[in-house]
Amino acid sequence: MDVLKLDSGYDAAFVEAVMNESGQDPFACYQCGNCTAGCPYTFVYDLPVHQIMRLLQAGHKGRILQSHSLWLCATCESCTTRCPNNIDVARIMDVLRHMAGREGMITEKQVKQFNDSFLDSVKKHGRVFEFGTLVKYIARSGRFWSDADLGPKVMRKGKIAPRPHDIKGKDEVARIFHSVLGDGKK
Amino acid sequence: MKIGVFVCHCGSNIAGTVDVAGVAQAAKNFPEVAFATDLLYSCSEPGQEAIVQAVQEHDLDGVVVAACTPRMHEPTFRRAVERAGLNRYMFEMANIREHCSWVGKDKDANTRKASDLVLQAVEKLRFDRPLQAKSFDINKRVLVVGGGVAGIQAALDCADGGLEVVLLEKTSTIGGKMAKLDKTFPTVDCSSCILGPKMVDVSMHPNITLYAYAELESVEGYVGNFEVSVKKKATYVDWDKCTGCGLCMEKCPSKKAYDAFNEGIAPTRAINIPFPQAIPKRAVIDPTYCRQFIKGKCGVCAKVCPTEAIDYEMQDSFVQEKVGAVITATGYDLFDYRKYGEYGGGRYPDVITSMQYERLLNASGPTGGHIQRPSDGREPKKVVFIQCVGSRDKSVDRPYCSGFCCMYTAKQTILTKDHIPDSQSYVFYMDIRAPGKMYDEFTRRAMEEYGAQYIRGRVSQVYPYKDSLIVRGVDTLLGSQVEIEADLVVLAVGAEASRGASELAEKLRISYDAYGFYMESHPKLRPVETNTAGVYLAGACQGSKDIPASVGQGSAAAAKVLALFSKDQLESDPQVALVSQARCVGCGKCVQTCPFGAIQLAEDRAGNPKAEVIETVCQGCGLCTVTCPQSAIQLQHFTDNQILAEVNALCQQAMEESFES
Repeated sequence: MDVLKLDSGYDAAFVEAVMNESGQDPFACYQCGNCTAGCPYTFVYDLPVHQIMRLLQAGHKGRILQSHSLWLCATCESCTTRCPNNIDVARIMDVLRHMAGREGMITEKQVKQFNDSFLDSVKKHGRVFEFGTLVKYIARSGRFWSDADLGPKVMRKGKIAPRPHDIKGKDEVARIFHSVLGDGKK
Repeated sequence: MKIGVFVCHCGSNIAGTVDVAGVAQAAKNFPEVAFATDLLYSCSEPGQEAIVQAVQEHDLDGVVVAACTPRMHEPTFRRAVERAGLNRYMFEMANIREHCSWVGKDKDANTRKASDLVLQAVEKLRFDRPLQAKSFDINKRVLVVGGGVAGIQAALDCADGGLEVVLLEKTSTIGGKMAKLDKTFPTVDCSSCILGPKMVDVSMHPNITLYAYAELESVEGYVGNFEVSVKKKATYVDWDKCTGCGLCMEKCPSKKAYDAFNEGIAPTRAINIPFPQAIPKRAVIDPTYCRQFIKGKCGVCAKVCPTEAIDYEMQDSFVQEKVGAVITATGYDLFDYRKYGEYGGGRYPDVITSMQYERLLNASGPTGGHIQRPSDGREPKKVVFIQCVGSRDKSVDRPYCSGFCCMYTAKQTILTKDHIPDSQSYVFYMDIRAPGKMYDEFTRRAMEEYGAQYIRGRVSQVYPYKDSLIVRGVDTLLGSQVEIEADLVVLAVGAEASRGASELAEKLRISYDAYGFYMESHPKLRPVETNTAGVYLAGACQGSKDIPASVGQGSAAAAKVLALFSKDQLESDPQVALVSQARCVGCGKCVQTCPFGAIQLAEDRAGNPKAEVIETVCQGCGLCTVTCPQSAIQLQHFTDNQILAEVNALCQQAMEESFES
């Protein structure tokens, strides 16, 4: 492992950006480890969440944004619930994930592809259209045989509809997307 | 009148953000100011000497010192002007540090504000009159509230110093939390062996009156002359007759009463003596469990009692005591271990508090000193300790460190190994806080000699698995989640203010912090005094602390009381209310409004009713002065004219400016 330069390696602009975007104070963290202790995804993480918090205090943008943990986080918010210092850790993870996305540091491409497919579907139909999401995800990821064995089962039970069911307020939902994305569309 | 003004630099504390020489220069133009200068440290010996000399050289009648808060140094400067030959009340202080230099960084604005504050003080001083203190007799008895180790120490020291002591204890025995402990850190000596003799000393001491099972009902009066009412709660046993033989407890058929002394780890009888070394060793009936009270029939204890001490009709009674000082030593309570759902406290019988574990370790406890699991009585082999349960956690409003849990947990791991040699202890910790004498060495011993496994991290959940408990947590040093299959989980619960602490504080008119701990007069220099004269603090009621610190404070509070009582009379503060006989119409409103009973109605020579202030009782609060419809009653040194002069000093200029524009 490289030696971390605590003085010159500290990226003040990055830390400030995370604080502003998340509205959280990472320096309230005293590294008790409650977040990692309760995190159900630590078994797949490359960096446990308390170490991400520590790296954030040290201002090490590179190591954080290259982490796979950001993309594997399920936003279950156990960390937030358990934090004795009332830090919304899951919110910080979310902000970091967005930053990594913006900087093109997507260490778990399929997670990003799935998220995008899901959100595209919600934008279009006002709710998720499972079949469409699935098709889009498969097309993006090229994982043609992913969960293929489940197909007949869920089809038979009527869990996946072949045609989308739009909700009444789908235009309003789309407008939320546009206003958040700031893409100028109304 | 010739006034001298002294503006203090306080090193750079004031001079850093205030032009002190400029303030002194400005003061020379204030009314009746004959002399003004700046001083580097006015509280220092040369500083005080400069004031004394200036008073004598320039024949000054009054002094203004512009410096820090009067809380600390007003008495210093009053003594200095007295040395210079002035009356000590011909002195005013302008606080240009806490109220000015420490607040803002703008030097010009600060300098203007400091000048205004000095002007305000000068204007007030122009109306100051010499005042003389009166002396009054004091009652050299002391009330100690709380019979834990701090209260015991304070009571014994006062009693040994020749004072009469009234010791009040809420429960039926003294001893407090320390009496429940098995061993004490870092020496691992038996708690009751070192506390027991002190408890016996309390009961034997001719100067100590002990009221156990009693609470403070009300407090009246002031330093030197408090009148307290003590509520003796009904015990339903005549303690004059009870010999503490314990026969009633043996025969009592109600066997499921809550045992507070044993922290509910096992039931006790509805009539009980908490433990064999109890002082006083007297029985008490718990009416919530007693069959005589619930069902109206039983009477077994009354039948078996050889001295016929049982009295089911007993009522609470009240005793009045007169004392000159009060020491509060009301201790602490433990954090409610059910508040963290993830640890399963209160849900799983084998998740217990550290104090419950202490009772399991203790030879006088319900298991006779054998560590047994509450669920099945099995001897545990793997014991997990979780630290900081209700400490250093903002989310449960307990951001402070309780300070003693690291140490008692280390002790409990050592005792666990002593009791069960093939056992293994695991401790989840955040940081180890062991700053006392021989404390860190003690925690190292727990790890090195007794093999306790210390895991740097927190526990996320405890859940039952077969007949044991799975403890899942993190080892942050490994960066990995960890799991232990434990037989017993001990939660190191933190300290919180004792229940009822705020109610007592209000009776005693002392302040408490956001968590209910009592406020000392100064965090460093007056650790056992309160801001109410004659009321002192000892032990954990002031903040969580361990036994040596509590005992130290008990002795310190006793020393303060002994020093207070070393004189036969105290000087009263002359800054009290004064009635203008000519103006008073004898309406009696002030008599009703005075919270201290310091005003009475008397008659003048013509037989007209007039208010009269008892100077030694008056506390100078000023309530009467705002109540009086005639403005006949004035608080000396803070008269209406003085307050108006201060307001004018600050507002006159601003008012004129606003009218002009």
